[in-house]
Amino acid sequence: MESIKLHYDVSATDFTRAGAASGDVKRTLKQLGVSPATTRNVAVAMYEGEINMVIHAGGGEIDVEITEDAIKMVLADHGPGIENVELAMKEGYSTAPDNIRSLGFGAGMGLPNIKKYSDEFQLDTKVGEGTTLTLKVYMK
Amino acid sequence: MTVKTLCDELGWTVLTEGDLSREITGCYSGDLLSWVMSKAQDGDCWLTVMGNINAVAVAVLTDCACIVLTENAALDDEAKARAEQQDVTILTTALNAYQAGVALSKRL
Repeated sequence: MESIKLHYDVSATDFTRAGAASGDVKRTLKQLGVSPATTRNVAVAMYEGEINMVIHAGGGEIDVEITEDAIKMVLADHGPGIENVELAMKEGYSTAPDNIRSLGFGAGMGLPNIKKYSDEFQLDTKVGEGTTLTLKVYMK
Repeated sequence: MTVKTLCDELGWTVLTEGDLSREITGCYSGDLLSWVMSKAQDGDCWLTVMGNINAVAVAVLTDCACIVLTENAALDDEAKARAEQQDVTILTTALNAYQAGVALSKRL
C-alpha cells in the first residue's frame, strides 16, 4: 500500500468544527479496512489533540500519514506551550477554564488519553512558542 | 436488543434517528467527554446530559449505539443537525442516569 497523506487546519475556538479532522480520518481508515481497534485508537488520540488545540492553543495543523504498518500523526500549534509537562500528563489535571468545562471538557484526560491510545508518543513544547505532538498508532 | 426495541419497551423518545436496528451491547454513563471517549465501548448505549455538538462527535468516534439524554436534558440545534447528518441516534428520557441504567440493565 502506498502511503496516504492528509492535512487539516484546526481553527481557533471553533468547537463546532472540533472533531471534524478526527472524524474524517476515522472514515478514511474504515474505508481502507483498517481494524476497528486501530481506528478507535487513532480517533481518540486525534480528537483529544484537536480539542487541546482549540481550547489551549488557538488552533493548529494536523498532518496524518497512513502506511501499511502504522498511522503517524503530527499535531503542531503555535500556542502558549505547556509550562509543566509532568502535571499536564497527569490524569485529572486540567487548566481548562470554566466555560470550557461546562461543555464537558476539562476532565484532565486529554494528554493521558493521547498517550494511552498511541504506540509512540513524543511531546515537544516550548513556552511562548507552541507544542508539537508526534504520535504513531501501529496497525493491529 | 436493538435501539428500536429499547424505545418501544421503555417509551424513550427518538430525537434524531440513525440506525434504529443497531444492537445495544452495553451501557455507559458519563458527562465528561474525554472520560467517555476513553471508556465507552462500541455498541454502548451512552447516558448523558450533554446535548451539545461535541457529544455527537464523541458518539461518532466511540461508535456507541445511541446517546440517551437523561432527565430530558436539552439537545442543541447544532448538535441535532450534526447528529442527523452523521446518523447518530439520540433519545431522551425523563429518568435520571441511575434509573435509566437500571431500566436498561434488565433488558441487556
